[in-house]
Amino acid sequence: MATESQRRHLIQRAGFAGLLLATFATVAPILLVVGLILWRAAPALSFEFLTASPREGMRAGGILPAIVGTFWLTLGTAAVAVPFGVGAAIYLAEYAPDSRWTRAIRIAIINLAGIPSVVYGLFGLGLFVLFLGFGTSILAGSLTLAIMTVPVIISTTEEALRAVPQSFRAVSISLGGTQWQTVRRIVLPQALPGILTGVILGLERAAGETAPILFTAAAFFLPRLPNSPFDATMALPYHLFVISTQVPGMPIDVQYGTAAVLLVFVLGMNLVATVIRSRARARRQW
Amino acid sequence: MNGIKISVQNLSLGYSDGKESLRHVSLDIRNHAITVLFGPAGGGKSTLLRTINRLNDLTDVRHLSGKVWLDGVDVLDPATDLIALRRRVGMVFARPVVLPMSVRQNLTYGRELAGERNQARLTEVVERSLRAAALWEEVLDRLDDPAISLSGGQQQRLCLARVLALEPEVIMLDEPTSGLDPISTGKVEATLQELKQTYTILLVPHSVQQAARTADHAAFILDGELIEFGQGKDLFTRPKDQRTEDYIEGRFG
Repeated sequence: MATESQRRHLIQRAGFAGLLLATFATVAPILLVVGLILWRAAPALSFEFLTASPREGMRAGGILPAIVGTFWLTLGTAAVAVPFGVGAAIYLAEYAPDSRWTRAIRIAIINLAGIPSVVYGLFGLGLFVLFLGFGTSILAGSLTLAIMTVPVIISTTEEALRAVPQSFRAVSISLGGTQWQTVRRIVLPQALPGILTGVILGLERAAGETAPILFTAAAFFLPRLPNSPFDATMALPYHLFVISTQVPGMPIDVQYGTAAVLLVFVLGMNLVATVIRSRARARRQW
Repeated sequence: MNGIKISVQNLSLGYSDGKESLRHVSLDIRNHAITVLFGPAGGGKSTLLRTINRLNDLTDVRHLSGKVWLDGVDVLDPATDLIALRRRVGMVFARPVVLPMSVRQNLTYGRELAGERNQARLTEVVERSLRAAALWEEVLDRLDDPAISLSGGQQQRLCLARVLALEPEVIMLDEPTSGLDPISTGKVEATLQELKQTYTILLVPHSVQQAARTADHAAFILDGELIEFGQGKDLFTRPKDQRTEDYIEGRFG
């Protein structure tokens, strides 16, 4: 005969089992995706694959132009999105009064983060490629990716700034600090790890996007390395799309190899963000 | 009789959330003495302190009227140089908030903000302010440790030393011993008795006993009003107002 407490104990165990199952069901596909891609990519991965240009209609050779292109696009995105995003976040978190205007700006930023990336791509095509005449280029692609990334950087940076205890600001002000001295000497250094994590996660997303660069930066087949910001370029996500759908008779390991390189690129950035975060947490004094 | 350092005249203040407020408070705070502001929590003591160094500018104040004079300077004038004001009027908070840096950097922070670059001068400031706060012997070989590694009592004295490093004229302390054990509390109180030779001290004590122990002058503040203000020895032995007497004897609050 089950007592009331035994019955409750049983319900609790069933509940935990369900939660464990949900966790496992989430983690398993990720491990499967990574494992499968790396396993299928292994035959294609070689020194030549990483350092040579594609040959024979992209069916042989390497993917160096795509790796270099994605590198430059990500760097260009960072160069534009980081100063604007971090600057706007500092303004919103530290200076902006709580008015109807700033609330409207915040809502706009949140909504910007929800716009589908292909819409950003079309916007970039209209503004940067055609109207400003940058052509299909690393510059136009970076600017388009930056516009897409800025809202993410603003949100995460603002959050990191707000996590710094208010009492530090009061103390700094009471010791005769100006607001800017307080931000520069106390708030920013304390928020820096959080800001860097947010920046890297935003850039990681930019590095893996196809739609925004589809019309603004990406070349179907351009086996040389770009040599100016006004050059079009190959890029990993777009190259993967091309060789998976547009080239008949494509060896399957080359597709998986490209996917693996993109995955390592993005997961590597993720790893850097994780290391920064855990180190900062260990050293944090509040 | 010592001169008047700060004069509060008919000060009224309300926050926009309607929580704490001050109503027509007038009092003169004298040089080289400890003036104690005491009364039940939420009565407006901290608000009064935060008005004198304009730290309330960071808060949402709905209405503010009256005057605060510091040596003839109109503190509440919008044109007042707040940086200069806050260097003259140092503040120690209830909870010791050490900045996330070393003991030494906590002490030099204010001076560096003011543009002091001379290392010899900064080193001297560190030692002098730590000695004045009765902390020098305890931390002299830990100056480069993170300030957070000090004990609670040491952190509170570090906060006091940090204010002293600014060489202010007035020191305001908002329940500086609320989180401390009796021994640390005794050290802080003894330090304040030393410091009043040089500074004007405004203290919100954490108990009536502390108020009675430390006050040269005492102000009883209840629900935003100044009920009674006078010499400490008179006010705690022969209060004139019934409410003051009730509070001192522990009948409410």
